[in-house]
Amino acid sequence: MEEVPQGCPGTGSAQAGRGASCQGCPNQRLCASGAGAAPDPAIEEIKEKMKTVKHKILVLSGKGGVGKSTFSAHLAHGLAEDENTQVALLDIDICGPSIPKIMGLEGEQACALGHVFRTDTVWACSTVLSPPVYLSASIDWATLLDSGTQFVEDNLGVMSVGFLLSSPDDAVIWRGPKKNGMIKQFLRDVDWGELDYLIVDTPPGTSDEHLSAVQYLSAARLDGAVIITTPQEVSLQDVRKEINFCHKVKVPIIGVVENMSVFVCPKCKKESQIFPPTTGGAEVMCQDLKIPLLGKVPLDPHIGKSCDKGQSFLTDAPASAAALAYRSIIQRIQEFCGHHQPKEEHLVGS
Amino acid sequence: MSGGRAAPAQHTSTCEDGPVSHWDQLGPCSLPVPVAHPEPGNLAGVRHILLVLSGKGGVGKSTISTELALALRHAGKKVGILDVDLCGPSIPRMLRAQGRAVHQCDSGWVPVFVDQEQSISLMSVGFLLESPDEAVVWRGPKKNALIKQFVSDVAWGQLDYLVVDTPPGTSDEHMAAVEALRPYGPLGALVVTTPQAVSVGDVRRELTFCRKTGLQVVGIVENMSGFVCPHCTECTNVFSRGGGAELARLTGVPFLGSVPLDPELTRSLEEGRDFIRDFPQSPAFPALSSIAQKVLSEAPARLS
Repeated sequence: MEEVPQGCPGTGSAQAGRGASCQGCPNQRLCASGAGAAPDPAIEEIKEKMKTVKHKILVLSGKGGVGKSTFSAHLAHGLAEDENTQVALLDIDICGPSIPKIMGLEGEQACALGHVFRTDTVWACSTVLSPPVYLSASIDWATLLDSGTQFVEDNLGVMSVGFLLSSPDDAVIWRGPKKNGMIKQFLRDVDWGELDYLIVDTPPGTSDEHLSAVQYLSAARLDGAVIITTPQEVSLQDVRKEINFCHKVKVPIIGVVENMSVFVCPKCKKESQIFPPTTGGAEVMCQDLKIPLLGKVPLDPHIGKSCDKGQSFLTDAPASAAALAYRSIIQRIQEFCGHHQPKEEHLVGS
Repeated sequence: MSGGRAAPAQHTSTCEDGPVSHWDQLGPCSLPVPVAHPEPGNLAGVRHILLVLSGKGGVGKSTISTELALALRHAGKKVGILDVDLCGPSIPRMLRAQGRAVHQCDSGWVPVFVDQEQSISLMSVGFLLESPDEAVVWRGPKKNALIKQFVSDVAWGQLDYLVVDTPPGTSDEHMAAVEALRPYGPLGALVVTTPQAVSVGDVRRELTFCRKTGLQVVGIVENMSGFVCPHCTECTNVFSRGGGAELARLTGVPFLGSVPLDPELTRSLEEGRDFIRDFPQSPAFPALSSIAQKVLSEAPARLS
């Protein structure tokens, strides 16, 4: 079992691997060798890789279930409606990869390429002691990743750990270091090609996946983050943490999207607030924190249905209030990316 | 038990500045000081341990954990809630316990009692943050260490049920919680989903996690199961329908019930009210009570 010893001096410390509390730590040799103190070479490699990607957008939320994946997928669909715009969607939710289903790509699997990602192998790997970056030796990543993204349309590609799972019951039971390694591989080793937009869908929280994404993209000029919330305070309290996270890691915030804003009864057309904005919703939060509110999307039962079928809601119900809200938000994001050329910020790690 | 203001004032730092570890020490840098002589039997008085899980985020794990605890309390049980969602600790607000302090006693930390009668106690990282907007930006090993402390260093005392609320996924928090709790007896799991396929897809993976880790799945709860318009009483399946029952049928796991969308329930959680006591006429009440009843009748047998 991986344990950080009490009194661990930190992997970057001069005492790394040498302190009294390092005795018996599985990472002692690695730290003592000084490997922990050097910046990860992958950061530069990814910077090079990302030179052919014009705009990189993170979709974040502190809170689960607010519609990050739904939004990421429809942002990708919306941008890709212009066939001259090359778009890719990277799903770094390792434990709960929803993007393949939402994009209608369930069933596209690594085993089609001759690799089977066995659940028992995954489980066995997670109980083995591992250094900070660990990759399963039983997966031939090179061949898998060489094949590139799965294409939804000619100009919209997708990558997700979901493609590596051979059955819908396969669970990815990985600790942080392995998830970190996976994300590095996705960013560095997938043949992204020339892209106008790379959208990165994340799991909820402020943990390994988020740190890894920001760390590995730190030298590559991230345009910014779109933060998704729902109106109620239980969501907003987590979203404020996410906003703080963005400030701490110096990721610009493009703006906030309030999802599931209001429900219009299909029968009587009257409005109800299923998730009441008891503290003023995203509008008040954005005013308080001086962050743009990109838009509010109403709760439309057709959105969930489209996602379940793997279809674009924007084409299923183009005139609906929700589709119009999405389009307006997508346009604002495009304007942000067009106007903002992020400075070559010298972020930590380089 | 001796009192005394505890851990939060005495954090020691377990990390130092450095070019790599900068990425690992954002937010509260330090873990609370471990208790000098942790009571080995801090969970010895707990009769049943139930983890509330979902592969999917936002399906209502914290809601179900809270309402289950309230319902069990109303059935005369003593309940503890362990909130191991370190990035998004929702439970303190749901029980109107935000900002409360954590005290120490001889056996370790005293969990926060959310009611006068001391029938519901709670431990959450939310109590250890200096401000509610402070983000816990920790990688796996630190999260694991805190969760182990929450299990071994909290003086839970005599409890009928310890409900463990988890974040979405199948990762560090879940493995740490299962490993730390396993020595104390069979572990039960309540798995929460919403009706749509996107949720069910993640929850199937969670059931695999339960199987692999030897958790006894007490049942599946389907949340957000339809909304009855208060103006015209038309029921709309906002998040599709049928997924929970179908999943239960497919996997051979008991289906404990469907909880409808209920703005009164959402509001109660926002305000930290006791929904079970205050809103017995509300649409979600019958389902929540029924689920609690099933837990009371099924869990002891399954977890013996």
